[in-house]
Amino acid sequence: MLEVTGLHVAYGGIQAVRSITFHVNEGEMVALIGANGAGKTSTLKAISRVIDAVGGDVHFCGEKISKIAPHHIIRKGIALVPEGRGVFPRLTVAENLAMGAFLRHDKAEIALDQEKIYGYFPRLKERAAQLAGTLSGGEQQMLAIGRALMSRPKMLLLDEPSMGLAPIMVQKIFEVIRIVAAEGMTTLLIEQNAKLALESSQRGYVMESGEITLTGESASLLNDPKVRAAYLGE
Amino acid sequence: MDIFLQQIINGLVQGSIYALVALGYTMVYGIMGLINFAHGEVVMIGTLVTITVAGTLIKAGMPVVFAGLAGVSTSVLVCVALGWGLERIAYRPLRNAPRLTPLITAIGMSIVLQNLAMMIWGRNYLTFPSLLPKINFEVAGAHFTAIQVIIVVLSAATMGGLLALIYRTRLGMAMRATAQNPAVASLMGVNINRVIAAAFVIGSALGALAGVMVGTYYEIAHYQMGFMLGLKAFTAAVLGGIGNLAGAMLGGVLLGIIEALGAGYIGDLTGGFLGSHYQDIFAFIVLIVVLMFKPSGLFGEKTGDRA
Ligand SMILES: Nc1ncnc2c1ncn2[C@@H]1O[C@H](COP(=O)(O)OP(=O)(O)O)[C@@H](O)[C@H]1O
Ligand SMILES: [Mg+2]
Repeated sequence: MLEVTGLHVAYGGIQAVRSITFHVNEGEMVALIGANGAGKTSTLKAISRVIDAVGGDVHFCGEKISKIAPHHIIRKGIALVPEGRGVFPRLTVAENLAMGAFLRHDKAEIALDQEKIYGYFPRLKERAAQLAGTLSGGEQQMLAIGRALMSRPKMLLLDEPSMGLAPIMVQKIFEVIRIVAAEGMTTLLIEQNAKLALESSQRGYVMESGEITLTGESASLLNDPKVRAAYLGE
Repeated sequence: MDIFLQQIINGLVQGSIYALVALGYTMVYGIMGLINFAHGEVVMIGTLVTITVAGTLIKAGMPVVFAGLAGVSTSVLVCVALGWGLERIAYRPLRNAPRLTPLITAIGMSIVLQNLAMMIWGRNYLTFPSLLPKINFEVAGAHFTAIQVIIVVLSAATMGGLLALIYRTRLGMAMRATAQNPAVASLMGVNINRVIAAAFVIGSALGALAGVMVGTYYEIAHYQMGFMLGLKAFTAAVLGGIGNLAGAMLGGVLLGIIEALGAGYIGDLTGGFLGSHYQDIFAFIVLIVVLMFKPSGLFGEKTGDRA
């Protein structure tokens, strides 16, 4: 469904992503793990066209999307939950969700989806009229995920949803991520928390200094001595 | 007491005009962090276009009401086109340039527009046609005119409309979201270029209205009038907290009142040394004081909404 071929990202002289190739099949959750600075966020930003790649191609559902305008990405069915959540701090929770549905006009269906998200995250419903900037980090992460789902995407790109959150929050959020994935959402999950990511996904890629160094079934990566040594603290 | 009430009224009228112009500065700043110094010139062109259109039509024998309406609508159209064109031609190519570059360009555009206006309308003061009947009222010893009432009411209604647009519509929500996080807004499907263009277009339309009001109020216009008006409206925007809509509105009204009271009492305060024509110094005292003690303005970043 998502095919990334030879993607190359640089910031001036800094090579952040060096010609990586990977893919995500329909209905699959794939983890992309790696240490801080490995180039994970740059990869997602290039896919979602927030930044321009220096080289390489991205195809989604057979269509080349590596040259389209950033505001057309969501039209293709890709929703990004950005690193650091990126909620609109001075919009209310409900308005943030409405922004997720910005391109949709099916009011009744939008209302249904909103209720569904409030079902996943009852906290958001309680705080619907509150400004997003007043939420805790965990609640903002819930909101960012909810907002992404409001576009009814074909594919979800998650950039470190566990970052900076208390374990209990991480648990709640991953519960929902797994439910959504189980319902058939194609998901690319980026994480520094390798254990969590590999336990949630079917396949994984390991990224180091801008390159993919290892790939395989998540279960076997979890048992790989190199992965265990480098990312699972053993 | 008479002077006091009188000056409050005068200040409110002038302040409403400042507020309308200040909104143009603040909307663009809120969305893209640019101080569009050419905005004052857009307002000036709004005034001058109205003079030409309404003046010509009145001379040709058209009833004043229709000539006035034609003048106002032409002026709004011209200013909207101008604001849109400025963004498109002068600022968009510099979107990713260092912040100083578009700022200098804005000053350059302001000079270009002033000279263009001088070439079209000449160097002399122009008389603004009387579009509204001159009716005077007196309440509690204070005098005011129908024109003053109309300016205040029309400004308030326009600003109410703007708030409704920003807080109740899809475009408004997109504008607020873009002001807060343009990259993420574009991920939601918002076309950032369109939102920025909308900010320029709306700001210019408000500027055109303000231009017509200034002309109607003072009955005189000049190709350099945009400079001082723009500077004061900018001061009003800074006073309210630049980027903040409600701040621009209140800052405008407040500045108008401060200026009017200052002009009313400056003679007494300085023992007759300075006359009321020194009223301009108050705007700059306000600007300096705000920048020194509360650069974020009355409505600091946190409480308000940039849009
Ligand atoms: N805006 C930027 N400008 C310059 N260098 C950047 C920028 N963003 C990221 N980098 C660099 O690119 C590399 C990859 O960063 P990033 O993609 O954020 O990694 P990760 O998400 O895996 O932590 C790092 O060396 C980082 O310092
Ligand atoms: Mg990252």
